[in-house]
Amino acid sequence: MSNVGIILRRELASYFATPVAYVFIVIFLVLAGAFTFYLGNFYERGQADLLPFFNFHPWLYLFLVPAIGMRLWAEERKSGSIELLMTLPVTRMEAVLGKYLAAWIFVGVALALTFPMWLTVNYLGDPDNGAIATGYLGSLLMAGAFLAIASCLSATTRNQVIAFIVSVVVCFGFLLAGFPMVLDMFAGWAPRFLVDAVAGLSFLTHYEALSRGVIDARDVVYFLLVIGAWLAANAIVLDMKKAD
Amino acid sequence: MIETQKLTRLFGTLVAVDGISFSVAPGEVLGFLGPNGAGKSTTMKMLTGFLSPSSGTARICGHDIEADPVEAKRVIGYLPEGAPAYGEMTPAAFLAFIADIRGLSGDVRRRRMDEVVERLHLGTVLDRPIETLSKGFKRRVGLAQAILHDPKVLILDEPTDGLDPNQKHEVRGLIRDMGRDKIIIISTHILEEVHAVCSRAIIIAGGRILADDSPSALEARSPRHHAVCLKVDGADPAVVADRLSRLPEVAGVEDAGEGAWRALPAGDASLVAAIGELAAHAGWKVRELHTERGQLDDVFRAITTGEGAVT
Repeated sequence: MSNVGIILRRELASYFATPVAYVFIVIFLVLAGAFTFYLGNFYERGQADLLPFFNFHPWLYLFLVPAIGMRLWAEERKSGSIELLMTLPVTRMEAVLGKYLAAWIFVGVALALTFPMWLTVNYLGDPDNGAIATGYLGSLLMAGAFLAIASCLSATTRNQVIAFIVSVVVCFGFLLAGFPMVLDMFAGWAPRFLVDAVAGLSFLTHYEALSRGVIDARDVVYFLLVIGAWLAANAIVLDMKKAD
Repeated sequence: MIETQKLTRLFGTLVAVDGISFSVAPGEVLGFLGPNGAGKSTTMKMLTGFLSPSSGTARICGHDIEADPVEAKRVIGYLPEGAPAYGEMTPAAFLAFIADIRGLSGDVRRRRMDEVVERLHLGTVLDRPIETLSKGFKRRVGLAQAILHDPKVLILDEPTDGLDPNQKHEVRGLIRDMGRDKIIIISTHILEEVHAVCSRAIIIAGGRILADDSPSALEARSPRHHAVCLKVDGADPAVVADRLSRLPEVAGVEDAGEGAWRALPAGDASLVAAIGELAAHAGWKVRELHTERGQLDDVFRAITTGEGAVT
């Protein structure tokens, strides 16, 4: 088995060895359901699709994904186990990937457990299941992007609270990059192309099309690039800040 | 073979390790001695690839730790300071994880697992989370992890810290056994440990090597090396001290407490014979007469603080 696989398996097992996994999954499912039915007017809309369900995912992830990601490296630093991990014969990238993929799979499991929602719309009507599958893909990709940000920022500190707060702020910035709240910060002084570039980074814009069931390769590639870039940054942070 | 050349590490403006060069051959058990903050742990962290040196190089069995870290780490077993582990795991799961990463499989894996569990007496705690174990067990889990793949190079940062005297004795036995064909580096500030396990000692303070010798050669640097302790009945202590100090072989006399005197040797000549003769001649009733080896403590203190006479 490859080193990534070995680290992934150890990490995943440790989620379920502590209450973290169960607390996260229960809260995620309860909130996802509550948002869909109460805030999303699932029944009142009278349409057999999962749009109200997917619409709230960015906001759920904004707080729940950094809560998973904050411990990835900060906890290793705090307990000193980072010294053990980094002196085993594995490369930095293998360690980063193993830990990241375990967390992503874990979020994926939580997401998959929302399947009763899918059963419900299929029972009530005749939805476009292809669109729903695309929505799930988009949701998983966006969760992965949030997680890559949280993983990288978690490597900068040994304090999980700091890792959490900074991750939420950065994720919030990426989420709303296409909206006036973020763009106005650049509009006053930055050249036009930079403002457009920032607008193009918006998670929400890229996610929206996917959540409606439109697969655009550019959106998928965008999320994969974001993940790749933050994980590469994660490895660099680990290299620069090995001790403390 | 471990070779370091001018290994240096800065933390900001603080020089933690300052140009350390040494080499260690298989069969040697090297003890790093030094006061807290001397740079022992920092040196070990650089040897194991956890910290990058600010300058200088370290080669582990021919692999440069910076250029070829994974190959170098493969031949090293490392117990970091404080024996960190994944607290929520059981020792059984933790050792299985290490065995996977170290690429052990099949019979070898089963044999090595059984062997370390037995040698470190982990059998009773294999299925309890590591964070619930006592300090001694945690340390032994860390040791088990370090020796699991039977490494050529073993680097142990304070391996007996937190162990009770019996466990210390066992771990020292383990280190001595493994030291026959491996390169072992341990750090400690327990000086008796150096005697018990090390074939060579390096004293570090302020990031520099101050002494590099065998433990007995270090002891020989003590002014009390081969000093003779004498306690007699039925004689005026002042007279005894005076007579002792007039012997040509004696460089000085000091009060050893409880009515005993310690005569320090002037050269390599044996003091016992001369003092025995003196006592017989003067008709003293000798209660106690023994030669001292010299204390490593004295040498350590003298070297690291720059106080006291060291020849």
